[in-house]
Amino acid sequence: MEKEPGPDAVFAAKLAEGVFEIQKCGSCGTHVFHPRVICPACGSANLEWVTPSGKATVYARTVVRRKPERGGDYNVVLVDLEEGVRMMSRVDGVAHDEIAAGLKVIASIGEGADGQSAVVFRPEGGAG
Amino acid sequence: MSLRGKAAIVGAALAGCGEAHGKSAMEITVEAVQGALADAGVSLCDVDAIATCQPLDMLSGLTLAQELGLNPRFAMNNRMGGSSFLSHTLWAATLLELRLADTVLIAYGSNQRTASGKLMTALGLPTYEAPYRPMFPLSSYALAADRHMTQFGTTREQLADVAVAARAWAQKNPEAFVRNPLTREDVIASRRVSDPLRLRDCCLVTDGGGALVMRRAETAKDHPRPPVYLLGGGEGTTHRDISEMPDLTVTGAVQSGAAAMEMAGVRPSDIDVVELYDAFTINVILFLEDLGFCRKGEGGAFVESGGIAPGGHLPVNTNGGGLSCVHPGMYGIFTLVEAVRQLRGEAGDRQIDSAELALAHGNGGVLSSQVTNILGTEATL
Ligand SMILES: [Zn+2]
Repeated sequence: MEKEPGPDAVFAAKLAEGVFEIQKCGSCGTHVFHPRVICPACGSANLEWVTPSGKATVYARTVVRRKPERGGDYNVVLVDLEEGVRMMSRVDGVAHDEIAAGLKVIASIGEGADGQSAVVFRPEGGAG
Repeated sequence: MSLRGKAAIVGAALAGCGEAHGKSAMEITVEAVQGALADAGVSLCDVDAIATCQPLDMLSGLTLAQELGLNPRFAMNNRMGGSSFLSHTLWAATLLELRLADTVLIAYGSNQRTASGKLMTALGLPTYEAPYRPMFPLSSYALAADRHMTQFGTTREQLADVAVAARAWAQKNPEAFVRNPLTREDVIASRRVSDPLRLRDCCLVTDGGGALVMRRAETAKDHPRPPVYLLGGGEGTTHRDISEMPDLTVTGAVQSGAAAMEMAGVRPSDIDVVELYDAFTINVILFLEDLGFCRKGEGGAFVESGGIAPGGHLPVNTNGGGLSCVHPGMYGIFTLVEAVRQLRGEAGDRQIDSAELALAHGNGGVLSSQVTNILGTEATL
């Protein structure tokens, strides 16, 4: 059997190329994030990569308070993707205090803390 | 076969709480061990199983054996975070009941305050959270608090009242680290850290250690102090990282509490005194709901305006908790030591009248591991 990278490495490689994909279980149909070897719903190893719609809803939000000289405040959210999986992220393009559970957001590829590609969100229908 | 009443805590002690200048984590741990052995009237050479979990020492079970000069039959080091010690008691009772061990020592110690002044942990941020820079572990609890407020209308004031109650208890405890008055307004005016949590929603960073000695019930009365029996215990593990927690308003305490109470044959309304792992104010609200002291979503109202303070409807965290008494990185063992003191009637000004049944509850990770112990006096057997 040929040696292939694990799902973490596959996800990271796709993301580095600007592609955001999650897994879907071929056995029970459950979408899966974070990337895994087996489906947490049924245990099947039959997971395939699919492109999510990018539509999501904020589930919970916090604002980390930092002095301006230390980079200033930033938000951290949990969002629920339309496909039924949750992920940590941040919402750009809107004041921190306007982000709340229920806010409809859409995914794009942005930059994470380490400067590498990361999935981030913007308000749906918001300015660009 | 049930573990109900099969084993008892026969010795308990604290050491180095607050500031223990110039001492290492293991030195504080060993001092707590000395205290617990003396309290139990047990010789070190009688200890044949040990349990610990230290945040910066992956092999702390081995280190403890080495520092005590022991060659134990079992050196337990299960690492679920701050809840570990409430799991250690369950495994201790199991070893005792199976006669695989006769005297089990459970111990913890940390010098987090004098060594660094902040939480010391070997944990890094999870791969799928690190890009967004959540404060670890604070932002995880902040997200849970935000969700609870959104979903149930829990208020900022109600969160504050958890800290105010802890301080009121601490004022009755001469061993508590912070005892000056604290009002709801003080909490709400304290520095924002990770919304909605503010500085006074967060546990202390102190030094401190604790230790327990456990023996089989049949020999538990051969010791100087009244035995405190382990009547029930249970665990619940729902996730490791907050982004993987199925519902941020429901913790594994639902599972751990139900299992512990079923084993003990008690209901929440039977419990006289409650010791919960209050790393942050939201914890107490979540655990009171999940352990069945109130309904889901009603935890805020339950703690409001002194509900869990001295004179309230349920005494919670009678030592002042991690919020005002002691929090050296992992608080689990301190819930047990305070429960023991209450059940022995040794709690001084904060003593709950005729306390016979206590619930101690530990939290590990970011609401990830929940472990509940039900403890009782001889009258509850
Ligand atoms: Zn599946």
